[in-house]
This record gives sequence, C-alpha cells and structure tokens, in this order.
Amino acid sequence: MLSSGVLDPQATSVVNDEITFGVDGLIRYELFGHELWITTTHISLLIVMVVIIAFAVVANRFIKKADPYKVPGKFLNAIEYLVETFDNLTKANMGEKHGLKFSNYIGTLFIFILLANISGLFGLRSPTADYGVTLALALVTFVLIHYNGFKYQKSAHITNLFKPILLTPINIIGEIATPISMSLRLFGNVLSGTVMLGLVYGLLPKAILLLVPAPLHGYFDVFSGAIQTYVFCMLTMVFISNTFEEA
Amino acid sequence: MISNEAFVLGCSAIGAGLAMIAGIGPGIGQGIAAGHGAAAVGRNPGARGNIMSTMLLGQAVAETTGLYGFAVAIILLFANPLIGKL
Repeated sequence: MLSSGVLDPQATSVVNDEITFGVDGLIRYELFGHELWITTTHISLLIVMVVIIAFAVVANRFIKKADPYKVPGKFLNAIEYLVETFDNLTKANMGEKHGLKFSNYIGTLFIFILLANISGLFGLRSPTADYGVTLALALVTFVLIHYNGFKYQKSAHITNLFKPILLTPINIIGEIATPISMSLRLFGNVLSGTVMLGLVYGLLPKAILLLVPAPLHGYFDVFSGAIQTYVFCMLTMVFISNTFEEA
Repeated sequence: MISNEAFVLGCSAIGAGLAMIAGIGPGIGQGIAAGHGAAAVGRNPGARGNIMSTMLLGQAVAETTGLYGFAVAIILLFANPLIGKL
C-alpha cells in the first residue's frame, strides 16, 4: 500500500471488496529475479504524462507559428499568462537574480503535481497517493538544494552543519528530514483524500452516490490538491533560495 | 479464546485510533495560524496576498506531524507489519 508494491493478501482480507483505494497490481513481470508489478500508479502516471506532453507539443506549435507583430490569440495568450505567472512566482520568492533560472523546474513541478492530484477527479487513482512518486519528487528537490548549496556557499555548506558543535546531530537529522517530511506531506494529504473517497464510494448505497461525492471531490481533489501543489512548490523555492546567501 | 491474529488485528485497530489523536495538534496550530492571519489582514488589508501565502505555508508545515500520525494509522490498518511476526 505504501510502497509501489501490491497489497498482500493478508491485508486485502481486512477490507470489503467494494472499497478500493489501494495500489492494485495489473501485470506481473520478473526482472533480475525480483517479482515486480505494473500498478495502477504507472497507468495514471502514463496518462498524466501523455496529457502534459500533448499540451506541450501543441503549445510549441502555436508559439513557433506565432507572428510577433500581431495580437496573440486566445490560446497563445493563455500560454503566455502561464509562463509569466511562473516567472513572477519564482522571481518573487527566490529573488530577481536567481529566480528565472528555476522557473522551468518550478513550472514543471507545479503542472505535474497539479494534474496528478486532480486526476482523482477523472476516475484515476492519483499517482501522488503512492509514496514512490512523492519520494522521487522530494529527492530531486533534495539534490537541487545541495547542488546549489555547494555552488553558492562552497565548503561552508558542510561546515555550517557543525556551527554550534553541540547541535551537530540535530543539524544532520534536519537535513535528512527535509525530503522525508516534504514527500510525506504531499503523500499524506492526497492519500487521505483517496481513502475518504474510497470509503464513501464503498459504504454508501448506490442511489445517494449521485449527489454526495461531488462536493467531496471538490474539496479533496481540487482544493486540497491545489493547496498541496502550491505548498510543495513554495517549500522547494524556500529551501533552494536559503542556499543563495553568502556564508 | 481469542486467536493470535484476531488479538493482533484488534490491538492494531486500537493503535490506529490512538495514532490519530495526533490530529489534535495540527488542528490547534492551523487554527492559531488562521486566526493571526485574519488579524493581520484586518490590520493591513493591502498585504492580503502575502499574508495568505505565508499562512498557507505555515499551516502546511504545521500539518506534518498530523500526517505522520495518519501514516502510522494507515500502516497499522492496511499494511500491518505485526501480523507477519506471528
């Protein structure tokens, strides 16, 4: 349930057949002697990826064909607005000097997590309700934090860990806890929505199901998903821009 | 006579319920943050956007401990590690 693995039979026997919110294995295959599964997470991830790539290709076509001397059309305007929003967001949070460099990464992260979170609305199982996905996202951020730390603070990035010598263990644990808490925050929020909706769909009689889940979807998938996307991007920006100060 | 599996499962359910007591802390913390955010907007309505983003960030960080409790409860209920020890 928590990893990309499959629910073991022991655990499934606890749950009613009607209630489904776990990661289900679809296709089993073996690689280097390990038993692996293609799960619902992979399927949802593939669909989200296809949607993003299709949008990117179409946007690329439009931008290449655009005539800079004419007023942009509706779609082109929307793309420009999107890009400008991410540029302004990164500039406001990471400073004028370094902000624009990270606009690509933050924009990609934002669009991907947002689509992954609201994919529950379209009947998929949100990929971000799988710890494998959120941990990978948080590890990318972790690598970026320390790459920029070494780039801007040089050796002080290491010596800062031992600054008050008594607090060394706490500093080291704090550095390691950053990606874990970031990934658990996103995972926990999306998973709690998935579990609640799974319980609602499994327990309520069919007749009521036409009305009840709609506001719940609105809260758990759209509102909570958007807030968590924003928080993940904000934390990424804050942690990275902390390393810009000269030590 | 209770079987070993039933005993472990029952105790796990109680443990999951106890773990969710962790939800109290984030509730209080988020409420305090929202209250101070409202006070700040009342004092300086022009800075509404900045106050909102700071408040949401603080609330999200305060929520983390509650989510640790939630993760423990979910593990105890659906991916129980204790059953395998029998």
